[in-house]
Amino acid sequence: MNPELTAIRGPIVKPALRRFHQARWDEPIIFELSRPGRRGILVPEAEPRMKAAVGDPMAGIPDNMRRREPPRLPELSQPQVVRHYLRLSQENLGADLNIDVGQGTCTMKYSPKIHEQLARLPEVADLHPLQDEATVQGILEIMYRFEQILKEISGMERFSLQPRAGSAAIYAAASMIRAYHESRGEAGRRDEIVTTIFSHPSDAACAATAGFKVLTLYPDDDGYPDIGALKAALSGRTAGLMITNPEDTGIFNPRIREFVDLVHDAGGLCFYDQANANGILGITRAREAGFDLCHFNLHKTFSTPHGCGGPAVGALGATADLAGFLPVPLIEWDGRRYRLDYDRPESIGKVNAFYGVPPVVLKAYAWVMSLGAEGLREVAEIAVLNNNYLLRKMLAIRGVSAPYARGRHRIEQVRYSWKQLADETGVHSEQIGLRAADFGVHYWTSHHPYIVPEPCTLEPTESYAREELDEYAAILAHVAEEAYNNPEIVRSAPHNSTVHTIDHSVFDDPEKWAVTWRAYLRKHGVKQG
Amino acid sequence: MDDKVRAHPYIPNSVPEIKRRMLEDLGVAGVEEFYRDIPEELRLRRPLDLPEPLRSEHELKRHVAAILAENQPAGKLLSFLGAGCYQHHVPAVCDEVNQRAEFLTAYAGEPYDDHGRFQALFEYASMMGELLDMDVVNVPTYDGYQAAATALRMACRITGRSEILVARPIAADKLSRIRDYCKPEISCRLIPCEAGGARLDLECLRREISPRTAAVYFENPCYLGPIEIRGATIADLAHDAGALCVVSVDPISLGVLAPPAHYGADIVCGDIQPLGMHMQFGGGQAGFIATRDDPRFVMEYPSRLFGIAPTRVAGEYGFGDVAYERTSFAAREGGKEWVGTAAALWGITAGVYLALMGPHGMREIGESIMTRTRYAMMRLARVEGITLPFYDLPHFTEFVVNFDRTGLTVRQVNDRLLEAGIHGGWDLSGEFPELGRSALYCVTEVHSQDDIDRLARTLEEVI
Repeated sequence: MNPELTAIRGPIVKPALRRFHQARWDEPIIFELSRPGRRGILVPEAEPRMKAAVGDPMAGIPDNMRRREPPRLPELSQPQVVRHYLRLSQENLGADLNIDVGQGTCTMKYSPKIHEQLARLPEVADLHPLQDEATVQGILEIMYRFEQILKEISGMERFSLQPRAGSAAIYAAASMIRAYHESRGEAGRRDEIVTTIFSHPSDAACAATAGFKVLTLYPDDDGYPDIGALKAALSGRTAGLMITNPEDTGIFNPRIREFVDLVHDAGGLCFYDQANANGILGITRAREAGFDLCHFNLHKTFSTPHGCGGPAVGALGATADLAGFLPVPLIEWDGRRYRLDYDRPESIGKVNAFYGVPPVVLKAYAWVMSLGAEGLREVAEIAVLNNNYLLRKMLAIRGVSAPYARGRHRIEQVRYSWKQLADETGVHSEQIGLRAADFGVHYWTSHHPYIVPEPCTLEPTESYAREELDEYAAILAHVAEEAYNNPEIVRSAPHNSTVHTIDHSVFDDPEKWAVTWRAYLRKHGVKQG
Repeated sequence: MDDKVRAHPYIPNSVPEIKRRMLEDLGVAGVEEFYRDIPEELRLRRPLDLPEPLRSEHELKRHVAAILAENQPAGKLLSFLGAGCYQHHVPAVCDEVNQRAEFLTAYAGEPYDDHGRFQALFEYASMMGELLDMDVVNVPTYDGYQAAATALRMACRITGRSEILVARPIAADKLSRIRDYCKPEISCRLIPCEAGGARLDLECLRREISPRTAAVYFENPCYLGPIEIRGATIADLAHDAGALCVVSVDPISLGVLAPPAHYGADIVCGDIQPLGMHMQFGGGQAGFIATRDDPRFVMEYPSRLFGIAPTRVAGEYGFGDVAYERTSFAAREGGKEWVGTAAALWGITAGVYLALMGPHGMREIGESIMTRTRYAMMRLARVEGITLPFYDLPHFTEFVVNFDRTGLTVRQVNDRLLEAGIHGGWDLSGEFPELGRSALYCVTEVHSQDDIDRLARTLEEVI
């Protein structure tokens, strides 16, 4: 330390927690920034000779099919647009900024910057999906190579990279289960899908959307899905099982093979929701557990950025027996060139437009190539080590517990409960999260329903340093102490965020809700301009 | 090797000494102890058989770039491909915003720590609402295929009916998606094109529509390029039968063409890829769904809908989820379809695009595309051996070119064009055999008169 500075300021002592304050630009809605005549960008006009040759380009279009008044879009100059959106970006706490361990189940790991550079090259960005195959051999090669990688990681026979996110893959899996039973003449008869309450809501929702009745298993006292309940649920109506493991509790179900065998014996298929497989890369695979289908979210385990909620990829894998039902096209390599294979008569058809989101596949491929087998294993081990390290730190905090599997280790995440703290202080989990935001970190409760009372779900991944895990735990410890000693500061949080407490009552009232600015102006009697 | 050197740059605690101390703190001998719940028969007791890693960023970049060098991007050559993915100019500001790490790496934060994401997506929906003249627009779904499929299931729930009439022309792949998605509970009937035509057969629609019909679905512009100028007639037919009118529209056309709500559409859907997304081999697609602000409609959306709300500070805007209880996040299988990660970043980007373009930009780009499309049609019509079967109809951005009289297949024509550095139109002979040897050509604001003339001259040379 510079002695002169010390002399002036006294010894510099950092407080235990960061003196965070989020950007607060009080930024208007973009329409409020509009002034007639301003332009953000100009459009290439048709050449005069072309215009002259064509005459009226709108000829032949009746009046009622023409736009009579221009859309009431905002009018801004380019620097104003840039400032507006950069201010909004500053009012957003991406994973690159915060210790993003509070969004459990979502695997908020680091997304390497080099991948973004590669994915934005013209050799990716400017490819049209219907170009001649000979001109897209590079991207097809990346996709083909990545499929081989996923096959090895899962033990499955084939993968489709087409689903544009995890739930699209889950729905495709449900469609494949339906197609499989149809192919055996059992379509109408097998109409039930079994899932568990600690599997992602989409396992239940996609199955229902695909026309299945959903049977949900609840945990036994140890936190495992109840095998007795499974046996009771299975019958000649069983179409399949759609399940996560480890579940959202971070507990690995050791009897998973038995679950799968029971479902198979009943004539059903088994889909393994591996959206998040971060803790078990190279440790255990879908194949050995007997699954017929599985999927990986490339924006979770495989590091591609979450993009505020997509674009993404849910890579969908199948055993040899089920591969015929995968969406078309698959990518084939004939020893000389890569091609898109649509000639798959049993396929459920298209799940999404074209081939999904190839730049996301590219980023995931680059990630695996930067790690290799040993590196992936290291990812899993450190993710699990970090999680158990944080678990120990968390359990030292007053008022929090980790229900189920007491005294045991967890895989990649833990669903904690603040029930004791809530009982003793009246402060709820959501409020703890809002207060944690005052220190610059995300925090999430859990999916609904709250089977674990007053839940929060932490998943540290491999991307955070020990000191950062310490910092996160220190924030929650501080907030917990506040809940006991000064609960009002927690209840009235956030204090250091972009905005203050939001009036949520409007969101469920059709008279007041407003999904667009025009609806807001209309319902709330505000005059525009 | 020195232990310190072995740490992986993406994994802070991979420093062996740190890892060892953390294990020590936990009182465990090794990471194996964390995996005790996993039975031995499920353990993979060998290393994964994966390619050797590229340890340095430089080697990784070289490796990937070398593979990608095999690509010949349409955007670098001259391309006339469309058919659902379009080459438009992407404003630099769009890329500037969507590569901001604050947006790029965010996910599911609360409306407090992710205020910017909520506001940007609310503004996206608001600007789309102006373009579409509708009050409710969703946070984007995966793509236009999914938007159409969900719009149709919404229509069935709203009407309590279970039959939909889908108009040809429609892309075969999109129809495949709609059929698979509607299969569990909806019967999907196809309305054919009028004989020798490129638009739906109105007489057939009149015959097929019934009190069982939940929705009539058509696209504007049609998949084959003509503008469906009979939109109001089709919507009236649907409404007379108590059905809804669902229209899929190219949003970039709406500076000059009437938004479907003006001719009676109840649910409007489509893909926002043209609004600021690079083609990305199909990776830039994202779907929108829009309706009026009627709770009967709003409560049937599966998507998130971000609403604006006051906060406890006067004049401050906050945001949150409108009618969250309808979603699968809240109600699992009891929710409407499902919701999850989809294409939010492209929604933010399309918002940036619309903010840059404004009302005048959207009108000008529409006019520019209309002019170029007509010019290209006029110019190609003069090429010996080529016919444009739907020449007399008004078109937007795409049109059909027939090569029957050349004796060449579309494939052969395209191979010859490619040798000259041109990506020809999308071969329709698989999807529309009734059109013979035809291709769907696409022209946007990026195609200059010289580009179009070059295509025509090259065709004159090669056929």
